[in-house]
Amino acid sequence: MPMPDWLRVRKAQEAQDAAQWTKCPGCGELLYRPELKASHEICTKCGHYFRMHAADRIGMLVDGDFLEIGAEIESGDPLRWVDRRPYPEKLARDRERSGLSEAIVAGFGAIGGFGIGLGVMDFHFRGGTMGTVVGDRVALLFERARERRVPVVIFTASGGARMEEGVLALMQLAKTTNAVERFRREGLYYIAVLTDPTTGGVSASYAFQADIVVAEAHAAIGFAGRRVIEQTIRQKLPENFQRAEFLLEHGAIDMVVERAQLKDTLVRLLDYGVGASRSSPSRNGVQGGPLK
Amino acid sequence: MNPIVDREKGLLQLEQRIADLKAYSGAQNVDLSAQISALEAEYAKIQREIFGTLTPWERVSMARHPKRPTAAEYIAKLDRFDELHGDREFGDDASVIGGFALLRGRRVLAVGQQRGRDTKENLRVNFGMVRPEGYRKVRRLFELASRLALPIVTFIDTKGADPGIGSEERAQSEAIASCLYALAQVRVPSVSVVIGEGGSGGALALGMTDRILMLQHSIYSVAGPEAAAAILFADATKATEAAASLRLTSDDLLEFGIVDEVIPEPIGGAHREREVVIESVLEAIDRHLSELSRLTPDALQEIRYRKYRSIGGIPEDRVPEGSLR
Repeated sequence: MPMPDWLRVRKAQEAQDAAQWTKCPGCGELLYRPELKASHEICTKCGHYFRMHAADRIGMLVDGDFLEIGAEIESGDPLRWVDRRPYPEKLARDRERSGLSEAIVAGFGAIGGFGIGLGVMDFHFRGGTMGTVVGDRVALLFERARERRVPVVIFTASGGARMEEGVLALMQLAKTTNAVERFRREGLYYIAVLTDPTTGGVSASYAFQADIVVAEAHAAIGFAGRRVIEQTIRQKLPENFQRAEFLLEHGAIDMVVERAQLKDTLVRLLDYGVGASRSSPSRNGVQGGPLK
Repeated sequence: MNPIVDREKGLLQLEQRIADLKAYSGAQNVDLSAQISALEAEYAKIQREIFGTLTPWERVSMARHPKRPTAAEYIAKLDRFDELHGDREFGDDASVIGGFALLRGRRVLAVGQQRGRDTKENLRVNFGMVRPEGYRKVRRLFELASRLALPIVTFIDTKGADPGIGSEERAQSEAIASCLYALAQVRVPSVSVVIGEGGSGGALALGMTDRILMLQHSIYSVAGPEAAAAILFADATKATEAAASLRLTSDDLLEFGIVDEVIPEPIGGAHREREVVIESVLEAIDRHLSELSRLTPDALQEIRYRKYRSIGGIPEDRVPEGSLR
């Protein structure tokens, strides 16, 4: 028997209500989604940082239009990988759930009037892991930004190289490194913003090859995974280990910035790097300025 | 226990018996040639059975064989070697050896990851797992080589970069990232050889070279099979399966177009005829360096860029201009 209309409407309403609320993993508080969005995905009760979706991050940063590049580059299945389920199935599921085609969105836009190449990784797609597509899009971003002579800003969020693409994924460290080097060799400016989490192959390549390495507050950043280290040394690690604040203390990063201050901080950092070329366009090396 | 070591035992016993018989027949002047050749035929048959076709997991075990020649042995066979120590910042990491060397009369800079042959040596070299100060030493040497126009030769043999607390405190990620960056910057020919285990970013930090060579039974992988099994199957004991899925053998790497040459090993593995293997590795390095030395620094950098840019992806000129969203 088909479901009566009134019941269908009520079910839909319930589902919508459920989607409107989310539980904070930090304090367990039920949070109202629109409110959470307004507070930059930070829990209004305990200050827990939710991992941001790439689209929200871009919306929070970019002034107007965003010209996406490399969106049509999509993953194959070079190893014909199957573990608990086949790799193409995992990709299809993540595409559907996240609305993304891969773990990074790359393109061009303006922040505070500065035209930049912007890459935003998204942990919601395969844990932000880097396979050949992420490698391609990062390389493409640096190549196109080099032609346009604009700075690059990348927000990293990654569990490392993507296991399901094997050694081909490992080689993306090489691809992206060469692209960063070729870009910076021209005197162009690169800022990395490390968000939760930035580990493994991404932290060991373009995340730490920037002129300025910014970390978002509380982000977990490191090479080896926390579990791997705990298994190796057979003891529990302190809570702050591999946190942004821990890295700052050990001299590994330039600064730790709260999410609400990120955009203003980036605009100031961009100004030091390219601001001068606006007033004296003949300056050697970097040029910036608005996109249009 | 290493399954290859296990299966070699019977062969080694047989080898001993043949040697004993030969010695006896010589000393006593009795003709045992029939028995000897029967045993030798048996030996060859077992050898073919064991080593004729190795599964990926057996290849992993071969790459980790405790008797497999280590980087120090290759370096010892160079015409000359003058070791250079330390990162000038923190310490000298014994898990990676580096310095000036003479290879077939050519001045080079040689670097190798040193796996221990026994427990004592393994403790000294941290089981071949390089720490940040090791990568910073290597980066320093890469930059030095580029400045002095010396070609770079690296021997890769590591399970992976060190995953300890100290290494994280001293920014292991940054150390590896800088090593890779230095290899992108160098304007001299570079050749790497995977002689044992090429484990993850900790191996690639020495491996992003103009040419990549691999010994037949060495492996190159995004993660160790045990770690991959733990992550993907939530079961580290499924390492055998993971080894097959990861496509980490030299045949796979050649098929992917990552490796430029696979150097064959004698039946039974490199440790069975170490002198011969070391010679053929050095010969291959020399041959590749000769080819690369004909290129200008600009051409070297351009070809290197294209090599890595094309791995598993779409070339830039085939990507459309972009779309508004």
